[in-house]
Parts: sequence; C-alpha cells; structure tokens
Amino acid sequence: MDKNRRNFLKVAGISTLAGLGAPAIVDRVISGKGEGEVFASGGAAGHHGAEPTEHHGEGNTESHKEEKTGTRYGMVIDTRQFNANPKLGVKCVDACHKMHNVPEFPKGDKNEIKWIWLTNHENAFPEHSQQFKDKDTADNKVLVTCNHCENPPCVRACPTKATFKNKDGIVMMDFHRCIGCRFCMAACPYGARSFNWLEPKTILPTPTNPDYPRRMRGVVEKCNFCADRLALGEKPACVAAAGHSGAMIFGDLNDPNSEIRKVLKENFTIQRKPSLGTNPSVFYIV
Amino acid sequence: MIYNSGKIYTGLIIFVLFITFPIWYNHLDAGTLPDPQKVENAKECVAPVAEMKATHMQLLNQWRDDVLRDGDRAFNVEADGKMYQKSLQKTCMKCHTSKKKFCDTCHEYASVTPYCWDCHVAPVEPAAKGDMN
Repeated sequence: MDKNRRNFLKVAGISTLAGLGAPAIVDRVISGKGEGEVFASGGAAGHHGAEPTEHHGEGNTESHKEEKTGTRYGMVIDTRQFNANPKLGVKCVDACHKMHNVPEFPKGDKNEIKWIWLTNHENAFPEHSQQFKDKDTADNKVLVTCNHCENPPCVRACPTKATFKNKDGIVMMDFHRCIGCRFCMAACPYGARSFNWLEPKTILPTPTNPDYPRRMRGVVEKCNFCADRLALGEKPACVAAAGHSGAMIFGDLNDPNSEIRKVLKENFTIQRKPSLGTNPSVFYIV
Repeated sequence: MIYNSGKIYTGLIIFVLFITFPIWYNHLDAGTLPDPQKVENAKECVAPVAEMKATHMQLLNQWRDDVLRDGDRAFNVEADGKMYQKSLQKTCMKCHTSKKKFCDTCHEYASVTPYCWDCHVAPVEPAAKGDMN
C-alpha cells in the first residue's frame, strides 16, 4: 500500500479525534445526562462512582433536603450556657482529657495535645464578623473539638486509612495504623488534631484512666466522640460533665425525632467554617 | 565419585555445624519452659486453652479491627453465655492480672516483642508498684 505523509497525517488526525471524542460520548450515554451536567461532575471525576453516598461540593442545602438513613452523631454546644457559667468549659475539657489519658501541657506548648479545648470566638468562627463584639463574645471562650465532619478532609488525606468515618458518622483514629505523616493535620481546617512529639508514657507515667490506652510517640490523636462510651450506652465524657445544664446536647442528627434535632429546630445554630463544605456535626448556639 | 570430595565434605560439615550453632551451643537444652501465671478467678477463657496458646495474637488483631473499625465490641463466650467486651485491657487483663507473670514469661522466652504495651495500659503489678511497664 502506498504510504505517504499526507495519508499518514489524515489517519492520525481522525484517530486522535476518535480517541478524544469516544470517552465523552460513552460517558454521556452511561450517565444519560446533558452536556452541561457531564462537565459539571467532571470536578469530582476522581471519586465518580466509587463513593456514591458522598457529596461533592453541593453545599449545605443538598444534604438537608432529604432524611438520611444510618446514624450520624452530632453535638450542639450552647455558648450562652458556657458564658453564664465560665467554669463549665474547663470542667468539660478536664473530664475528656482525664478520661482519655491526655497529658497536660502548658498553654501554647508546641507539644500540646488537645481533644477538646477553649478558644477565642474569632478563632472558632473566623468567617463571622468580629467588629464591635458584644461583651459575652469578647470575654468568653468557645468550646471546640473535632467536628466529625460529614465530609471529612482528614479522611481523604490519610494514606493508611488510619483515620476513617465509622458507621455512626464518627471520624475515628486507628492508632495502630497511624504512621505519623500528619497529612490529616494539614488537611483539618479546625486544628482538631494533635501530634505526639514526645513519648506519652514518659509524660504521663500513671494513666488517669487505667481502662483507656495511651498513645505512642509519632501518632496523631483527636476527639473520638467517646465511641467506646457510646457503645455502652453512655454519653461522651464532655457531655456527661456538662450534665443537665443543657450546654451540650448529643445525639443522632439523622433521627428527626432525636433531642438534638429538636434543639436544632428550635434554635438558630452555626457551624465552624461552613464555606469549606465539610458539614461539621458540631453546631453552636451563639 | 565427585571431584574434590575431601574439601566438599569438610565444607559441608563445617556448614552444618555452623547453622546448628544455637542448638549444640546450648547443649541440646531449650532452657526452662515458661510457666505463665495460672488464672484463679475464672474457669474458662474466651477460647480453649490450646487455641489461645496458638492463635491469641490473631484473635487480638481480629478484636482490634472488629472493635475499632466495625464497632463490634461484644464477644459471646459460649459456655457461660455471658457477653464480654472485646478488650485487652478490660477483659483479658482482668483475669490474667499480671503482664509480667503472664504475657512476658512466654514472650521473653520466644524473644517476641509485641507492641501492645506501647499504648495499652498493663495492670498494676502487685509486687513492684509504680512500674507500669
């Protein structure tokens, strides 16, 4: 057969067009969508089909349209109660840290381990206006912890699946698998994760709770919503410490009849950094 | 006949002696066999003793994954029908009350160093208090 440059270029050009066009057509046939939608979902193509339950950048409104099945534990923190009783916040932090053998460090120490802590309003809610703050907001600190996001960026970042979302919607840490790469710490927009720079055994020779393990040097740790207590039908340590004050309400966000949903329905609540689309499960009444 | 048989057989004998060094150096004696602490406050373990001796490490790994990743915490012992938590600290070590006298006896003999106790808290040893590890 006669091969010349002109014919070769023709065949190569047609092949290139077919190669580029075929996937787009196949994609369209499979999804049965219009042109615009195909390209709109392109941003999430990496996870397309692999995680059908996940939401991709659809925002807050989407997830609240319909009732979801399964459990999604969440928390409402009533800052009015904490403002009225300034000692309550410290009590909750202490209860948690004693329960989980979290050693104490001086404030601001780079080795500090925090599962739940108190922070200034502007640090907790940087997206909200801080101009002309009222006295309560200016004088008091906000109790913050891991938000157990519906769409947790730390879980995506973890290369070993040491951090993962369990069946109850809790973002868990499997210390056995953690390799200490700290990608999750970089991914978390709330600073909810702490790294063990030092050997916890040497800092805390006598555990405050002998029934709970310590961690080892080189792993990341954070709040686990007291998954072990929930399994026994108890409330998380911080919620138990807050007692009947109503300052902390814990429950299943997916259950429309739960106490937490009732509280959410009756009060205006805010989440931390909602624009990031992580959908935190911790809500604040300010 | 093979060439250089003298050198080969001498070499083989030296080789066999060398790789069996640990055996003849210890006079064919494996040392005192470990005698882990006997349990007094329970009649049965979560599995038959022979099975526990052979596969407790797999069981513990299984428990770890069940509890942590699947949230499946309860463990049912067939014999007395009681539910126990799948927990090293809360279940195993409540009967095997001494890490030194139970875990360490065999682990030291077999020269294995499991990392359980890097994080998990061993029960307080009755003899030497203050030393948790």
